Amino acid sequence: MYRIVNKEVLAPDISLIEIKAPLVAGKAKAGQFVILRLWEGGERIPLTIADFDRERGTITCVFQEVGKTTRQLGTLEAGDKLKDFAGPLGLPSRIQNFGSVVCIGGGVGVAPVYPIARALKDAGNEVTGIVGARNRELLFWEDRMRAACNRLLVATDDGSYGLHGFVTDLLREVIGEKKELDLCIAIGPLPMMRAVSSLTREYGLKTVVSLNSIMVDGTGMCGCCRVTVGGETKFTCVDGPEFDGHLVDFEEMARRSVIYKPMEQLALELYLGETGHRCSCVRGGEK
Amino acid sequence: MTGEKQPKKTIITKKNPMPAQDPQRRSKNFEEVALGYPEDTVIAEAKRCLDCKNAPCRQGCPVDVDIPAFIRLAAEGDFGGAIQKIKETNAMPAICGRVCPQESQCEKFCTLGKKHEPVAIGRIERYCADWELARGTFPQRVAPPTGRKVAVVGSGPAGLTCAADLAKAGHRVTVFEALHVAGGVLMYGIPEFRLPKRVVHAEVENLKKLGVGIEVNAVVGKFATVDELLNGGGFDAVFIGTGAGLPYFMKIPGENACGVYSANEFLTRTNLMKAYRFPGSDTPIRVGRKVAVLGGGNVAMDSARTALRLGTEESWIVYRRSVHELPARREEVEHAVEEGVKFAFLTSPTRIIHDDNYWVTGMECLRYELGEPDASGRRSPVPIPGTEFVMDVDTVVVAIGQGPNPLVPRTTSGLEVNRKGNIVADPATGATSKPGVYAGGDIVTGAATVILAMGAGRAAAKAMHSYLTQKGPVQ
Ligand SMILES: Cc1cc2nc3c(=O)[nH]c(=O)nc-3n(C[C@H](O)[C@H](O)[C@H](O)COP(=O)(O)OP(=O)(O)OC[C@H]3O[C@@H](n4cnc5c(N)ncnc54)[C@H](O)[C@@H]3O)c2cc1C
Ligand SMILES: Cc1cc2nc3c(=O)[nH]c(=O)nc-3n(C[C@H](O)[C@H](O)[C@H](O)COP(=O)(O)OP(=O)(O)OC[C@H]3O[C@@H](n4cnc5c(N)ncnc54)[C@H](O)[C@@H]3O)c2cc1C
Ligand code: SF4
Ligand code: SF4
Ligand code: FES
Repeated sequence: MYRIVNKEVLAPDISLIEIKAPLVAGKAKAGQFVILRLWEGGERIPLTIADFDRERGTITCVFQEVGKTTRQLGTLEAGDKLKDFAGPLGLPSRIQNFGSVVCIGGGVGVAPVYPIARALKDAGNEVTGIVGARNRELLFWEDRMRAACNRLLVATDDGSYGLHGFVTDLLREVIGEKKELDLCIAIGPLPMMRAVSSLTREYGLKTVVSLNSIMVDGTGMCGCCRVTVGGETKFTCVDGPEFDGHLVDFEEMARRSVIYKPMEQLALELYLGETGHRCSCVRGGEK
Repeated sequence: MTGEKQPKKTIITKKNPMPAQDPQRRSKNFEEVALGYPEDTVIAEAKRCLDCKNAPCRQGCPVDVDIPAFIRLAAEGDFGGAIQKIKETNAMPAICGRVCPQESQCEKFCTLGKKHEPVAIGRIERYCADWELARGTFPQRVAPPTGRKVAVVGSGPAGLTCAADLAKAGHRVTVFEALHVAGGVLMYGIPEFRLPKRVVHAEVENLKKLGVGIEVNAVVGKFATVDELLNGGGFDAVFIGTGAGLPYFMKIPGENACGVYSANEFLTRTNLMKAYRFPGSDTPIRVGRKVAVLGGGNVAMDSARTALRLGTEESWIVYRRSVHELPARREEVEHAVEEGVKFAFLTSPTRIIHDDNYWVTGMECLRYELGEPDASGRRSPVPIPGTEFVMDVDTVVVAIGQGPNPLVPRTTSGLEVNRKGNIVADPATGATSKPGVYAGGDIVTGAATVILAMGAGRAAAKAMHSYLTQKGPVQ
């Protein structure tokens, strides 16, 4: 059992949990993820490592409540326990001095891009951060990102804060003003990573995206997470999760990510019906 | 060669049939298919044994179970004695009795089998093991603590056996398992209807009683490497039993379409994650109207039979050779046929067809014929040009084999692997190119059998014990 030592609601339906897992924290690097499970019949779900503290022996994850498991996770508080927690999985981000880099976080993607931006800045890069959300309320970690980047640009879809527009609009401006960009890292919803990749392709700007394909084991055993990258099949959990955005077959990826949609909806409806709404029936990770 | 010197005994030519769930009913549930002999039947079956002096059956058993001896005890109704005899060399008979390919191992060499049906060695073994499980296993003797610590990586049959033997020898053993439960393929691959998970749980619990620590959710190569376990981790030796968990695909167009599964994913969702209980459990699985399973081994049979139980209308085995070459256990093929699995022999797919939403709508195949025998002695399948046809299926399960997961070999310094990525280890001792590191099971041999993995775990434990003893007392 893995104890939640801290929990914060960052925005509507977006929460942070900090979990005691010294062995994982001892090895975690930016770009990697964990897989967790809440109860005996629970699903294994992957979440990116948004931060880690080797001294405290903790891992921080930020998640968005989208379906049954993440909603259930949202009901847990500090002191509650997760049944299973494995990691750090996947390959870490490549951190070196590339020169000038842009780090883009869209929606909940701000959390995973944060430790990467921080590590890149520490490695001597000139880091431009771009974060975007649907509206001001959904934006979080602006302060952390500002500290991790040399400068930070913000956009909201509805214009309630920062630029009225998408992160791609800001990216276009940045590309326009600076010709010598060396790398772009984009993490967020699939359509956003796809849009960023097609924009940077025009400019020949190398772009890394972090894919969130559906997973089961997360150790390369099942092949569920496979994606086509540059015409080859790759397993996101062991070959990724980061890939060259210009080579990813986003169309296939998008189709594969909705395979279980009707079943996920059923599970969520049953869960919400059963619990009335947010209750604490799985507190402590056991049913 | 055998037979002649046996004392006169009435020969009963046929095996006592195994009671089984009705095929119609069982193809809709996940309960165990083979129900096990009742007591009078097991005694009758044991009495068929001729108690051959030179026991040819034993040469077919990879762990050399003293077959005539345990069968003799079973025939007398002394099941406690029988199980102790079996356990002298086989640590997990409840599992082996169920899943060993007996027809190509012990029973293949049975004297009775020359002219008639062999003694049902596996079924008697299973009975004795279940008899013990029902009564709570006998306490086992554990040697005084040696102060040495051993890490076992992977909790499949190889790792579990190695851990049990080392613990009995007095070493402190910790098993590290990547998944959230111990058991390896026994838990995530082989279905409940062939190997009830309570049997595997019982074996794991036994291990805990021996003092073995089991750390699940522990991916070696990630939270710590083998080198780190040895240096700083405080372990004096490491056994690697990480299995053959990497699924192979056909590398044909359309293989990443929605509705194409590796057998590993299909079976893991069902067995480990209990998707057949969805929405009672949270992991979904989707099986369409018509399923094609590619391959002809145990994994393929398990997948095809699982598909039926998940409610598909038609479940096909698509295999490029003929019925005679099917590598699956015969009993499993028979069960599959009884349950209504259909077979397309001498057939192999060339591409998977999907609609605009990437959902599988069909599978284009070619017909094959058998040509000259290849290096393995089996007649190799040759495609017949111009015989393309489309199979009407909406789900495809690829069960053409698994390779070694590269995670541990890649993160361990000085560990020799072969061209295929399997760890190179001495078959007699499990010793690898790295001092203090031993390996066995599918990670060494490639996908093989449960009993071979157990045998390798046991051999390695023996060698590791002398390695640790040679190190002298702990300072
Ligand atoms: C490497 C990786 C890192 C991730 N990091 C984060 C993160 O930091 N924060 C965050 O909010 N989300 C992250 N996700 C996505 C997160 O795993 C899903 O939101 C979660 O699994 C949804 O589960 P659910 O039961 O709540 O929703 P469901 O209703 O089951 O599914 C909602 C959607 O989530 C996706 N999904 C469903 N099951 C899985 C699964 N087993 N594995 C992966 N995706 C699935 C599907 O696209 C689905 O349409 C990450 C995914 C991956 C693969
Ligand atoms: C569907 C199916 C049906 C089968 N049917 C039969 C049958 O009827 N009869 C028979 O004799 N054989 C059968 N087999 C084959 C048999 O199951 C295997 O040969 C046997 O399980 C191999 O044992 P093992 O201990 O080497 O590895 P496995 O059972 O594969 O166990 C390896 C374990 O190591 C873990 N692991 C991997 N990497 C790491 C890591 N880095 N850190 C920690 N843990 C790790 C894995 O998660 C796994 O739990 C079948 C196999 C399958 C897949
Ligand atoms: S372990 Fe397997 S091969 Fe050996 S006697 Fe038992 S069933 Fe036969
Ligand atoms: S099992 Fe068969 S070979 Fe073995 S002793 Fe009995 S009759 Fe002889
Ligand atoms: S999640 Fe199973 S191989 Fe990647």
